[in-house]
Amino acid sequence: MKRSFHGKKGLCVLLVTALLAMAVLGGCADGTGESSEDNSSKESTTESTQPDSGQSDASTESNDSEESTEAQESGEESGSEGGSASGQAGDMYGGSIVVGVQQDIDSLDPHKATAAGTSEILFNVFEGLVKPDENGNLINAVASDYTISEDGLVYTFTLRENVKFHNGNVVTAEDVKYSLERVSGLLDGTPLSSTLNAIESVDIIDEKTVQVTVGSANTELIYSFVAAIIPAGSGEGEAVDPIGTGPFSFVSYKPQEGIVLAKNPDYWQEGLPYLDQVEFKISGSADTALLELQGGTIDFYAYLTNSQAQALQGSHQVVSSPSNAVQALYLNNAVEPLNDVRVRQAISYAMDKEEINNFVGGGKGTLISSAMLPTLKENYVDLNDTYGTTANVEKAKELLADAGYPDGFDLEITVPSNYEIHMQTGEVVVEQLKAVGIRATIKAVEWSTWLDETYKGRQYEATIVSLTCDMTPGYLMNRFQTDSKKNFINFSSAEYDEVYTRTQATLDPAEKAECYKELQKILCDEAGSVFIQVASNQTAISKKLAGYKFYPVYVQDMSTVYITE
Amino acid sequence: MKYLGKKTITLIMTLFLVSVAAFLAFQIIPGDVVTSILGTEATPEREEQLREELGFNDPPAVRYFNWMSGVAKGDLGVSYRYSRNMNEMMPVAELIGDKLPVTLWLAALGLALIILVSIPLGVLWARSGSRLLDAVLGVITQATMAVPSFFLGILVTFVFGIVLKLFAPGGYISYEEDFTGFLGYLLFPALSIALPKIAMTARFLRNSMLTEVGTDYVRTAYSKGCTKRRVMYAHVLRNAMMPVVTFLGMIVAEIVAGSIVIEQVFGLPGIGRLLISAISTRDFPVVQILILYITFVVIVVYYFVDVIYRLIDPRISGK
Repeated sequence: MKRSFHGKKGLCVLLVTALLAMAVLGGCADGTGESSEDNSSKESTTESTQPDSGQSDASTESNDSEESTEAQESGEESGSEGGSASGQAGDMYGGSIVVGVQQDIDSLDPHKATAAGTSEILFNVFEGLVKPDENGNLINAVASDYTISEDGLVYTFTLRENVKFHNGNVVTAEDVKYSLERVSGLLDGTPLSSTLNAIESVDIIDEKTVQVTVGSANTELIYSFVAAIIPAGSGEGEAVDPIGTGPFSFVSYKPQEGIVLAKNPDYWQEGLPYLDQVEFKISGSADTALLELQGGTIDFYAYLTNSQAQALQGSHQVVSSPSNAVQALYLNNAVEPLNDVRVRQAISYAMDKEEINNFVGGGKGTLISSAMLPTLKENYVDLNDTYGTTANVEKAKELLADAGYPDGFDLEITVPSNYEIHMQTGEVVVEQLKAVGIRATIKAVEWSTWLDETYKGRQYEATIVSLTCDMTPGYLMNRFQTDSKKNFINFSSAEYDEVYTRTQATLDPAEKAECYKELQKILCDEAGSVFIQVASNQTAISKKLAGYKFYPVYVQDMSTVYITE
Repeated sequence: MKYLGKKTITLIMTLFLVSVAAFLAFQIIPGDVVTSILGTEATPEREEQLREELGFNDPPAVRYFNWMSGVAKGDLGVSYRYSRNMNEMMPVAELIGDKLPVTLWLAALGLALIILVSIPLGVLWARSGSRLLDAVLGVITQATMAVPSFFLGILVTFVFGIVLKLFAPGGYISYEEDFTGFLGYLLFPALSIALPKIAMTARFLRNSMLTEVGTDYVRTAYSKGCTKRRVMYAHVLRNAMMPVVTFLGMIVAEIVAGSIVIEQVFGLPGIGRLLISAISTRDFPVVQILILYITFVVIVVYYFVDVIYRLIDPRISGK
């Protein structure tokens, strides 16, 4: 009896050793655990910091990324030659991959979906008359051609021959009319797009021609015709699976698990897509995603933190690309003492953007001083000299003293806590402001609360978030007009409003670009907010994949991806 | 029977109070549902349309009544957040019905692991009387109790998934596809839930047994010639199990709560993960039903603990 106890004791000791070993190993795991972000909550807005895609030419940071760019080119070539052409091209076809995404989708209706995390997936299923390409230009999709009348009021679209929906039906002018009327609110009085509601009528000219008349000319409106074309009548009533014209068709969706797409064999772009199946899998958090990447459960993930990107450097292709989100310390221009321009300027001088970029983004972000993406080249003007990119404590203190705050003041910075990057930025900013006597504190709030109280209610002093931008330069600029519904910083400048009106009035691109530059300058000089950076995205791609294209907008195009082994 | 009736009334009263509290909580906490769903770029017309669709233009009392009468009829409402297809949102019953098996199997596996490991371990610990074992197991129980469950989850994933490659992290297999594979994957999250509870239960049982060993009836049993084995298993263990059963009952309730965290770490699509995302997206119909459900489970578990008590201890049912 006694002896058998001894035997069991030995077993226990073994167990103890195993547990202790786990505890020690845990110490190693700790590093990744702490530094990674928890973006578990699902944001329902286009305003998010989440990684977005960027341009591939700016992403040659490592050998890995160069490889991917090359591979991508070769993929394109064979794609354009036509899939059936060579045996080599044939090898690229088939297979399935799993793409990790951060957010669950908010709707399977492409017109009603608002979350950026949803549009990036549905981009593979639905197409508009036009669609963006990887250079930020529009290419024809369901339409093969379009013309805009000289006064900018009439758009005439010619439909591409033989574009088929996933149900096998050919896209007709009826379908286009239905889709555009649904989005613009002509159907039931409820516009689903805040730009296409300018449409006054959609007329079918003949089987292949649709004419759209809008109420007022807007040279940027064409970008809104990326709105999905769906079969006539499919948006109402009975239960139907989403049907579009994109490279992949919808197979199934399970809340919290993911969405499965299958190759559309009838896709109008010859030779695309390569993969038979793509699954977008919802990863609970960035921590989980990292483990899934390492374990091989997912092949692709676009939202890595800087430290996670480092950890995957050897095992994956890690590519960094600029995002399309403008991160800033947004200031409420209507509250004391931020209503004094000198105070806002003092804060601008006090901040060291380089330090923030190095600390939160590994130095990969692009520093900015106004609300325009540097990737929108023609419209962008570099204003980084205005306040400098490092701290100018003397100047800041001088301005504060001028404004009557020689001893500084208290400042509450509201930060949505689900964004690790903004929380980290907030911590750095608090320290930087301390140097000039401003006693800043961070108030962490939930995203829903931020939307309601900070954004809609404008009940805040300062906040750190990123605003995502689409391909139109006016997208961010229009919100800073004094009475814009989206002007959550309460920026107020008569000059700005006047220039903005001029921007909208002109149809000449060069003049428009000049106006946009002027707007950026006013916003910067008035220190409407402290614009910090356009952060970079870190994307991990399995080494067996090639052909991925980085877009300057928030989409994940899987049609050009193929498996190399 | 009378006892059962009393319990049922308590159950209904508690559920009613919890439902009121759950409903009120979401009237108070900040965050507008419509903004949360539509984001910042929606047209005012669309916001108004959605507000009307979701019934937000009715006063709270009316909404509570509509919701409750629906629930009473078995209509649990429709999620604000998850779509079933292009034109319909997912009914809450379907959404939860789909996720529930994951959490239930996780809890069942976790509980099985706890009982299978902790009871033999507790008995062994109590019987051995070894100082060394006391010290070692003492340290382990302290350590596993102190480690937060999410961290233990990451640890288990790291050790068994990345280092030992016994499972693919995040490679959840749906129970509808492959049930064995599903259970195989669930084993590791269940382990993360069970480890701290095993430590606690074993320690509890050991203490309970050591208390019993010193009592008179044990001496009597020995004096009438029982073997040590018989004394231990037929007398001491049975009596020592009394508080342990209560403790296990509490643990079941805790597993339901603990699974919320563990599901997040292991990427399991169970009700815990559903609850978290539903709260942050203000998907009230889902949250309210989940709260009611969890309350229900906890009350029912306590009820069963009572019943088991009566089975083990004739003294109680005698009264």
